[in-house]
Amino acid sequence: MRMRTAGRVGRCLRIWVSAALGAQAPSCFPPGPSIHRGEGQCRWVPRGGKTRMATDGLHESETLAALRSEAEGLKGKLEEERAKLHDVELHQVAERVEALGQFVMKTRRTLKGHGNKVLCMDWCRDKRRIVSSSQDGKVIVWDSFTTNKEHAVTMPCTWVMACAYAPSGCAIACGGLDNKCSVYPLTFDKNENMAAKKRSVAMHTNYLSACSFTNSDMQILTASGDGTCALWDVESGQLLQSFHGHGADVLCLDLAPSETGNTFVSGGCDKKAMVWDMRSGQCVQAFETHESDINSVRYYPSGDAFASGSDDATCRLYDLRADREVAIYSKESIIFGASSVDFSLSGRLLFAGYNDYTINVWDVLKGARASILFGHENRVSTLRVSPDGTAFCSGSWDHTLRVWA
Amino acid sequence: MRAEGVVAEARTGNLETKFRVPPPPRAACPPAQSTLDPPSLAHEWTMSGSSSVAAMKKVVQQLRLEAGLNRVKVSQAAADLKQFCLQNAQHDPLLTGVSSSTNPFRPQKVCSFL
Repeated sequence: MRMRTAGRVGRCLRIWVSAALGAQAPSCFPPGPSIHRGEGQCRWVPRGGKTRMATDGLHESETLAALRSEAEGLKGKLEEERAKLHDVELHQVAERVEALGQFVMKTRRTLKGHGNKVLCMDWCRDKRRIVSSSQDGKVIVWDSFTTNKEHAVTMPCTWVMACAYAPSGCAIACGGLDNKCSVYPLTFDKNENMAAKKRSVAMHTNYLSACSFTNSDMQILTASGDGTCALWDVESGQLLQSFHGHGADVLCLDLAPSETGNTFVSGGCDKKAMVWDMRSGQCVQAFETHESDINSVRYYPSGDAFASGSDDATCRLYDLRADREVAIYSKESIIFGASSVDFSLSGRLLFAGYNDYTINVWDVLKGARASILFGHENRVSTLRVSPDGTAFCSGSWDHTLRVWA
Repeated sequence: MRAEGVVAEARTGNLETKFRVPPPPRAACPPAQSTLDPPSLAHEWTMSGSSSVAAMKKVVQQLRLEAGLNRVKVSQAAADLKQFCLQNAQHDPLLTGVSSSTNPFRPQKVCSFL
């Protein structure tokens, strides 16, 4: 029996103990009513001497041991395989690439109107409309060119942590502490009450942390504090596929960019980023190099890699074909978590919003910081580049959104 | 550390540090008609031998799948990433700094649509 201190493994330890004791049950435990097996206890049936439990327990403990050692062996092999292919660093390959010039990026629009922390935002495919959601329960649709508010709806719950624009531009989805993802069709009829047409699509057993429409208005992908992701049919509210594997809250997700793409990546509090096959529900790749919660994941424009932002104050780039982390974007002076990341259109720039109120612009290839943007007066909680790459929008706990170009 | 078939308890504790809000009471969650029930790994860990073996089998299956992946050398992958960046660099407005006349956000005045 190996002694370990971590709580989770400690519970496994108790299985070992109970399995081992099971063999001695007849002499240790007096006959009596059978006890249902729980933690650290043995269950046995008092039936003429030998207990059924003893042999069951032994058999199971052997299988568990065999499986455990196979798992360890496979993990070792995986690490070996990944290490073998690590022949060079990304920034070395990019040594001869021309350095980036000076950046002149400023706040071009400030969207004011939320009464509390802005938690999430998304662009419409028309490249000008933005939907944002806030701690005060309000979801607002803005015209970012004019800064006018076009729609506003008050959710029944506060902390609307996720919002998304439908590809058609005709609806928005949002959710948060209500554990649901609801879809609101957007109407320009001033007399119509948006809230009346609300449709509840997703139902989780804990808060909704992220949502995204797939390539059509018909399906929504959600991520939740209950540790799962799920794919839903908007029309019927039916669960089409669920994705299990994270060991803690899932905080973010992003769909692969290709038109025929059927994978997505998710990141969670278990420090893992996982890539999923949407049709089978299977996790195809997993990456665990971050040292804290992964707050944001975003695919590289080619779909061959993705970036992540974490509470460990680093952003990382993972290549899917090399199946490993290929770059870390960090500085000793950056000690606050990155809450949100997105790439520019060519993938050369990585914009990352941090809890120290700043936005850092990273040179993806060279690994160096290209620029630092100040302006927000509180944590940057969300950041997305516009669909045509002409600008990016950041939302903050200072109640505002800023459009930068 | 990969989940060795042992799951973390359903955690709402992260909400406190991330969003500074007390976790929602578990009772408030709708009952399990949510069809996201077992084998959800997010649910409370129940300690019966057969389920830990089953969970361990899943972990091993997953690892086998991942071990069988075809991988590419980092030099190749990095070269492709670099290639993509360079090919698309001129079409990246935030990188090249598109002039005011073509970037709708640059001019300070409001656009009017006819």
